[in-house]
Amino acid sequence: MLLTNIEGIPGRKIIEHFGLVSGSTVRAKNAFKDIGASFKNIVGGELKSYTALMDESRSQAVERMEQQAQQLGANAIINVRFSTSNIAQGAAELYVYGTAVRIE
Amino acid sequence: MGDLIYLIILIGVGYFIGTLVEKKHYKSIEEREAKLLYLPAVSSENLLEEKMVNEAHLVYGNAVISTDYFKFILAGLRNLLGGEVCAFETLLDRARREAILRLKEKAQGADIILNLRVETCQISQVGSIEVLAYGTAVYYKK
Repeated sequence: MLLTNIEGIPGRKIIEHFGLVSGSTVRAKNAFKDIGASFKNIVGGELKSYTALMDESRSQAVERMEQQAQQLGANAIINVRFSTSNIAQGAAELYVYGTAVRIE
Repeated sequence: MGDLIYLIILIGVGYFIGTLVEKKHYKSIEEREAKLLYLPAVSSENLLEEKMVNEAHLVYGNAVISTDYFKFILAGLRNLLGGEVCAFETLLDRARREAILRLKEKAQGADIILNLRVETCQISQVGSIEVLAYGTAVYYKK
């Protein structure tokens, strides 16, 4: 599965459009990791466990989007966009969407 | 009284260690930025040399960074009077540059990053934010 966030795939020709595909996941943070994070809130710096958590969740959302595209018979997704929203205290939704296409 | 001492200790620790951590982070950012200067990232979609493209795919990088307690209190005080919150500006600057660096590190060997987008999200109420940078890594035909 080829993904880009531009309109089309450079050097390849799009032969069929399948419309919008999307994937999302809602994740809550781990209370134990949160204890470590609250220490970091005093001294500042990167919250590595959260970076990893967000990265992993985002990969899952992308995977779900790819599955959806595969079912449609697409082999690429163009114009991919990410969006993140805080839906509740301590939980975030990671949403990714794009246009499924078939390329040569 | 005990609470006040506790608060002062927190602010003091936040100030000293926080400044140290920030300086170290900026140093590391600048070093890595210098190394990755060969890889330009643009926010435009247009590719000038369309025919030469060998491969293109999506890359992304993220960073969750927290501010220190001293700056958090400083920003809180700033909220009373309004105006520019310098304390949080460096936080966002660090997170963005870090996210873009991680994106570039994932796209090593690419010739250009097209359509770079940067997105910010608040993670918690106490001054930590996540920045996501994503774009299309393009490899030219050699």
